[in-house]
Amino acid sequence: MLDLLLRALFGGLGVAAVAGPLGAFVVWRRMAYFGDTLAHSALLGVALGFLFDINLNLAIIVLCVGLALVLVTLQKKHIIATDTLLGILAHSALSLGLVAVSFLDNIRIDLMAYLFGDLLAINQADVYWIYGGGLAVIALLVTFWKPLLAVTVNEELAKVEGYPVEAIRLLLMLLVALVIAVAMKIVGVLLITSLMIIPAATARKLSKTPIQMASFASLIGCLSVCGGLWASYRWDTPTGPSVVVCAALLFLVAYTLPFKRLR
Amino acid sequence: MSKRLVAFDKIGIAFDGRVLLENIDMTISEGEIVTLIGPNGSGKSTLIRTLLGLQEATSGEVVRHKTLRIGYMPQKLHIDPTLPLTVKHFLALVRGVDKQQILPTLEKLGIGHLLQSQVHVLSGGETQRVLLARALLNRPNLLVLDEPVQGVDVNGQVELYNLIEGIRNELNCGVLMVSHDLHLVMAKTDTVVCINQHVCCSGSPQHVTGHPAYQALFGVPGADESIAIYAHQHDHVHDEHGSILSDDGDAHAHCKHH
Repeated sequence: MLDLLLRALFGGLGVAAVAGPLGAFVVWRRMAYFGDTLAHSALLGVALGFLFDINLNLAIIVLCVGLALVLVTLQKKHIIATDTLLGILAHSALSLGLVAVSFLDNIRIDLMAYLFGDLLAINQADVYWIYGGGLAVIALLVTFWKPLLAVTVNEELAKVEGYPVEAIRLLLMLLVALVIAVAMKIVGVLLITSLMIIPAATARKLSKTPIQMASFASLIGCLSVCGGLWASYRWDTPTGPSVVVCAALLFLVAYTLPFKRLR
Repeated sequence: MSKRLVAFDKIGIAFDGRVLLENIDMTISEGEIVTLIGPNGSGKSTLIRTLLGLQEATSGEVVRHKTLRIGYMPQKLHIDPTLPLTVKHFLALVRGVDKQQILPTLEKLGIGHLLQSQVHVLSGGETQRVLLARALLNRPNLLVLDEPVQGVDVNGQVELYNLIEGIRNELNCGVLMVSHDLHLVMAKTDTVVCINQHVCCSGSPQHVTGHPAYQALFGVPGADESIAIYAHQHDHVHDEHGSILSDDGDAHAHCKHH
């Protein structure tokens, strides 16, 4: 039992540590809905992975990146307002995923686990995957921190100064897709974005610089995982949602307590 | 003879069949201050964006000197309030910046005390200077300033223009400035180019203000100019080859080529 809990904690902390900094970018670039759309499509990735018998994580990443590219292309054509477009894609992708899953009669999928996550079900291989993927994300973030931030702050200035804006934007999408694939096991497709956004939003209150906000977001995410896991153990609540509730509570605390507001 | 940094060669831009710019010829040399004026919607910003590589020209070509290095000061800076950012960190984002230069640059612009300030709390004038600092930290030989004094009071405008002139004198860089507010710009400018989809007229400030095309757009100098600027936002009609449609289809002020 303890072994199980420790592994869950270990995996959860890994995910939270990565989701924090990336969540900061998602918040800064107002990509919350975008992240949600990608996350929703991850279920379709799972179904396709089973159908074609390929690695699920890989299938998720490929599908997320593919969808991100489709999104950007459609966005450029100005067919319809971006939020409407995202709404269409998010829910059709999710529904398509659910429909695709129903075709898999020979395989039993724990749908709830994919939708809401099941931290206690992670195995050793998942932990390796989380830490491998997580380290890759962190390494990319650290290496490309300055261009990523420059493009986030002001794309035009960045472009004039010679940053490869398009490539950086693509990189950010790839990172979001990676994090979704990594975090899916923990909080499920429906709650992934919350693990990115809520800690980052909480961290905003306490930070003066982008790096501070990214680090605090990691830390707050880790705290949420600990709290959620503990609550789940104590009261036998579902782990994924417990983690998110815990993150939300921390957010409430940060914004109600009279910390000095840094703006 | 000073180096020619940029030459626009018959630049034309059309968007969805609507002509924004046509046949623009213009050059900027080292040490030269060029002010681009024109009413709202005349294509000033579009022309600048072409120079910056943010917009493709439909026809014609922008010839850039191989040493060209642009410092760009945008009209406004919007940074999402969820992004905590000090002036120092904002300026450190310049590609290949020498971080040792950040504070001296700010001091030169008289805003050394803002180093640790959050970018969200700056006033209009302070923001403009921070943006100017960012442009300078890119070590430019051409400064491109899009409405540099927008939202700055008259005293602030004079100061800012003095700063820009000082920078030109110090770096011997070219300056391309966009403005729809002429009177303060004029004194320091070497060349004024008045555009309204095409180049209406260009030359020294004195030459341009006396030009009928300019007067048709901005009114006669000495009249109530501050009102005249905004009151004369009519579009042109080309005498040679038909009319250019403006946004509202309103084309009753005429500006003749000479």
